[in-house]
Amino acid sequence: MRRLLEQGVAIFSWSGTLLLLTVLLVLLGYLGYRGAGAVDTGLIFGTIPPLDALLLRRQVFDGLFPAVAGTFALVLLAVGLAAPVGLAAGIYMAEYCRGRSRQVLGLFFDILAGLPSIVVGLAGFSLTIALHRLLPGSLGPCLLISALSLGFLILPYLIRSTQLALESLPPALRLSAPALGATKLQNIRYVLLPARLSAILGGIILATGRAAEDTAVIMLTGAVASAGLPRSLFEQFEALPFFIYYISSQYSDPDELQTGFGAAILLSAVCAVLLLGAFIIEQTLSRRLMR
Amino acid sequence: MSTFGRLPVVLFRLAAFGSGLLTIAVFLLMLFLGWPLLSGGQFVHLIAEEWSPDRGLYGVFPMVIGSIAIALLALCFSLPISLGTSFVAATLAPRPLRRCLLAMVRFMAGIPTVVYGFVAVFLLVPFMREHLTGGSGLNILTASMILALLIAPTMIVFFVGGLGSVEKSFCLAVDGLGGTKVQKLLYLQLPQAWPAMVAGVVMGLGRAMGDTLISLMLAGNSVAVPHAAIDSGRTLTAHIALVIAADFSSMEFKSIFAAGMILYVFSSVVVVVLRLFTGMAMRPTG
Repeated sequence: MRRLLEQGVAIFSWSGTLLLLTVLLVLLGYLGYRGAGAVDTGLIFGTIPPLDALLLRRQVFDGLFPAVAGTFALVLLAVGLAAPVGLAAGIYMAEYCRGRSRQVLGLFFDILAGLPSIVVGLAGFSLTIALHRLLPGSLGPCLLISALSLGFLILPYLIRSTQLALESLPPALRLSAPALGATKLQNIRYVLLPARLSAILGGIILATGRAAEDTAVIMLTGAVASAGLPRSLFEQFEALPFFIYYISSQYSDPDELQTGFGAAILLSAVCAVLLLGAFIIEQTLSRRLMR
Repeated sequence: MSTFGRLPVVLFRLAAFGSGLLTIAVFLLMLFLGWPLLSGGQFVHLIAEEWSPDRGLYGVFPMVIGSIAIALLALCFSLPISLGTSFVAATLAPRPLRRCLLAMVRFMAGIPTVVYGFVAVFLLVPFMREHLTGGSGLNILTASMILALLIAPTMIVFFVGGLGSVEKSFCLAVDGLGGTKVQKLLYLQLPQAWPAMVAGVVMGLGRAMGDTLISLMLAGNSVAVPHAAIDSGRTLTAHIALVIAADFSSMEFKSIFAAGMILYVFSSVVVVVLRLFTGMAMRPTG
C-alpha cells in the first residue's frame, strides 16, 4: 500500500512538472511563432529612420516608439520617486526601528505589498478626483499621477529588499566599525551599505521589472491608446502594457494585431532582461560572500 | 550630536512612517469617496444586492461571486501542478535539474500578466469556443485556467522554500537509514513544512483574487451572477477597471470604491493569515 502511494506521488509530481513545462512552452512558442515576423526596427520606429525618431526630428506614427518611450519615462520616474523613499525606509527598518513600531510598520508594508495593483490604481485615481475637487481644473489623469501610483506599488518591495539585505549582514562586519569609534551613521554609510550594494541594486532592478509590466495601475491613472510621445508630466501617455491590452480587444486589421504580438515579445524581453540582470548581480554577490 | 548629524535619521524615520501612513490613507480615501453609497447602513445591501442600474440597484454581489469563483477554480487547477512541480524541484530531481527548474519558475513569474492574457485571447479562447464551451469562449473556465498558470510560480516558490528549510540533520538521518527521495518527501519534509504549504496556498489565493488583467481579458465581464464554470463572469478587479470610464458623480461610479474596499480588506486578511502561518513555520514543530 505504501509502495503504491510512494510510486503514485512520484508519477503525480513528474507529470505535474511536465504539464507546467508543456503549457509554458506552448504559450511562449505560440507568441514567438505569431510575433517573430514583427520583430525588427520597423516594429518600434515604423518607416522613420531610428536616429531621426530618437532625436525627435520626425514623429513616429506606425511604430511602437511612443509606447516604448512612454513606458521608459514612466518606469524611470516611478523608480526615481520610489527608490530614495524605499531605501530610506528600509534602512530605518533594519537599523533603527525596534519594538512595537517595528511590528506595526512591518505589518503595514506587508499589507501594502499584498494590495492588488488595481486598488493602488484606484487610489491614484481617487487622488486625481480629490485634487479635482480641491483645485478644479488643475490636474487630470497624467504621467505624474501614474508614476506616483506605480512608485507606491513597488515601494514595499524596495523597503523589504533593502531591509533584508542589511539584516543578513554577519554580526562581525556590523560591529567592527563602531568598535573603532565610528558613529552609527558612518557605519551605515561606509560599511553596511557598500557591503550590500549589489543586493540592494538587485532589489531595485526587480522592482523596476514589476513597474514595467504592470497594467492595472496605469490604465486607471492616465495611460491611453494614442497620445504620441510623452511631452509633459501633466499629460496622458502611451505605454507598452496598455498598448498590448488595448490591441487584444480593439485591433482593426492584421497589421495592428501583428504589432500587438511584437509588443508582447518586446515587453517580455524587457522583463526577462531585468530579471536576468537581478539574477546575475545576485550570483556574483553570493560568490563573493562565499570566498 | 548636532542637528545636522541627526538629519539623515529623521529623514529615514519620515520615509518609514510616511509609507506606513500612506497605507492607511489609501483606505480612508476610498472610504471618503465611496461614502455616499455606504452611509445609512447600505453596505450590506451593496454586497448582497444584484447589479441592475435600471432598478437603482448597485450591489457588487455578482462581482464578489465572480472573483471567488475564478480564484477558487484557478487554485483547484494550479494546486496539484504546483505541488507536483515543487516536489520535483525541492527533492525528487537531481541537483542540476532542480536549479534549472527553479530558474524557470522564476522566469515564469517575470513574464508580464498582460502577455499571458494576450496570448490566451488568441490561442486558448478560440480553442475553448470551438471545442469545449461554445459561446464566445470568454468565460470563467478560460480565465481560471490562465490564472492558474499565473499563480503557479508564487505557490511553487513558497512550497520549495518550505520543503527546503527542513532541518538538515533530519534529512541526513532519512538518507542514512536508506530512505528513498519520495519517502523523505512524504514522511519527513511534508509533515514538517505544512505551515509553509498552507501559506503558499493562501498567497496563491490572494494573488488570484487580486489579479485584474486575466479576468478582464478572458472572463467575459457579464454582470449577471454566474451559475456555471462556462458562464461569463465579472470580478471585482475587472469591475473597477470597467466602470472607471463612467460618469464621476453617478452611483454606479461609487460602487467601485465598495469593490476597492472589499479587495483591500480581503488582501489585508490574507496578509494577517500569512503572518500567523509563517510565524508557526519559524517555530520548530513536533
